[in-house]
Amino acid sequence: MRSRQAAPGRSFAKRFWLQRYLMLLTLPAVAWMIVFNYIPMYGIVIAFQEYTPFQGFLHSPWIGLANFRELFNDPTFTQSLSNTFKISIAKLVFGFPAPILLALLLNELVYKRFKRIVQSLTYLPHFVSWVLVVGFMYTLLDPDTGVITRMLETLGLIGPDTMLMGDEKAFLPLVVFTEVWKNIGWNSIIYLAAIAGIDPQLYEAGVMDGANRFQRIWHITLPALKPTIVILLILSIGGLINSNFDQMYLMQNSMTQDAANVLSVYSYEMGLVLGRFSYGTAVGVFQSVVAFILMYAANYGSRKLTKESLF
Amino acid sequence: MFAYNRSIGERSFDWLNALLMIGLCVVTLYPFYNIVITSFNDPTDAARGGITLWPRQFSIDNYKMVFQDEGIIRAFIVTIARTVIGTATAVLFTAAFAYGVSKNELMGRKAFLLMAIFTMYFSGGIIPYYLLVAKYLHLKGSFLAYIIPNLFNVFNAIIMLTFFKGLPKEIEESAKIDGANELRIFWQLVLPVSKPVLATVALYNAVFHWNSWYDAMLFGSEKLVTLQQILMQIISSNSNVSLAASNLGLGSVTAASLKLATMVITTVPIVLTYPFVQKYFVQGVMIGSVKG
Repeated sequence: MRSRQAAPGRSFAKRFWLQRYLMLLTLPAVAWMIVFNYIPMYGIVIAFQEYTPFQGFLHSPWIGLANFRELFNDPTFTQSLSNTFKISIAKLVFGFPAPILLALLLNELVYKRFKRIVQSLTYLPHFVSWVLVVGFMYTLLDPDTGVITRMLETLGLIGPDTMLMGDEKAFLPLVVFTEVWKNIGWNSIIYLAAIAGIDPQLYEAGVMDGANRFQRIWHITLPALKPTIVILLILSIGGLINSNFDQMYLMQNSMTQDAANVLSVYSYEMGLVLGRFSYGTAVGVFQSVVAFILMYAANYGSRKLTKESLF
Repeated sequence: MFAYNRSIGERSFDWLNALLMIGLCVVTLYPFYNIVITSFNDPTDAARGGITLWPRQFSIDNYKMVFQDEGIIRAFIVTIARTVIGTATAVLFTAAFAYGVSKNELMGRKAFLLMAIFTMYFSGGIIPYYLLVAKYLHLKGSFLAYIIPNLFNVFNAIIMLTFFKGLPKEIEESAKIDGANELRIFWQLVLPVSKPVLATVALYNAVFHWNSWYDAMLFGSEKLVTLQQILMQIISSNSNVSLAASNLGLGSVTAASLKLATMVITTVPIVLTYPFVQKYFVQGVMIGSVKG
């Protein structure tokens, strides 16, 4: 309090000197952010340049929107755009409700110890890398030795020697399934936390009024989860244009390229594999602009429809 | 909970629900289990397939092969080094910032926080970032490329900031009266009482470093290959069995078993420490969600 009252009378330098130790703790991270976050943000100007490493982003020639014009005329870009939305929407439709459903079911379990064990086990896949998950897939879906391949063969669902990892039609279901497998438990935590915050008296009143289990879930639990669901939905809609790079890059192979080509992989391959830095950055800029529009639209729609919004 | 009479319908729902949850656990754990039992099976026999519940011909040949592979041993050392060094430095660096901005009297506090939060929503993307690290900072091929770009993380900073804000002020104030400066207070008083939040953030960092392959692919070199990167190379060459032989100079049987054993040894540290550290992971989500 004392320092605040005295502050206006002191010079900037003197105040700074008094806080020199606090500044010593804070400023290194501020400098880090300028270098690793803000300079790359400025670096998107190369999307409007014909960037060469030799000239750098200060001296490379400006070419306006030429990169973007080329982009929209490139059939590979159009393909990756449509794949990105196809995969993201499938993930949203199946992957978004899954953790909500899991949280509701976990909450209905009678034995709390059993509930805790199930929770702990389902969080586990969140902590392993996508490299490992894709390794699991190649092993379990191996056309000769894979356990899942053999099971599906026995059930007559696929023919002998089907290589599921090389099948374009199987690609989308596999992407969605592994995404849900990896994150369903972890993503349910936030809903379980919201459920834990519900006043138990509401449920008791529900029982008194003769509401059955399903009615209590529908009229008490779900409405209590609504704010959380809406916020996460807005964020997911904003993310529709971004795919999980790790998953897509690792799952693709020469046989599934046409189904697996998404914007983030396309940007990486153009920019960093082929060294077309400006062109690859243009893809990234396009993604950011679309993400912003989507998030803004979702937020606007949600504010009108549900009175909940992120900003 | 409260007591009420369960109808037959409710009781059968309970059973079905429990069965469903058991099913979910099996689906979650089986891939891990399958990899472990197949990795302990004789590699030539494993190529016949059909190993579902336990090893058919127990053998540790796969592991002998892995631990003779110099590339894998080197990757193990690199990965452990980056996990230990990367985690320790990132936790301290991020905690220092979080402690600084937890003090209301800090000049420019609001601006620093806004700067940090802005980066959660906007970024320059991967290509400018790559150019910065590789071409301007010249970190490509250096071990520091694994450490310096990962020193700071906004989400972790917010988790720590929330914790520091909740600490009682009295101890710090009395230390100040005794003439201790903020550096000493941070180091000798604040950090020791912040073990839960330090553990949470350390775990997030450690998992990130242990699982990393992308920055190793971008900035690493032959000497700096990480475990996950090696695993990725084995898996992608394995997706084309004929390629595996030529790429690694091995038969396809050997490549397949190398893959399994490598998968197991890269995962064992996570799975073994997991039961003990799980509660810290969940704490992080809770703090993060309150803020968000």
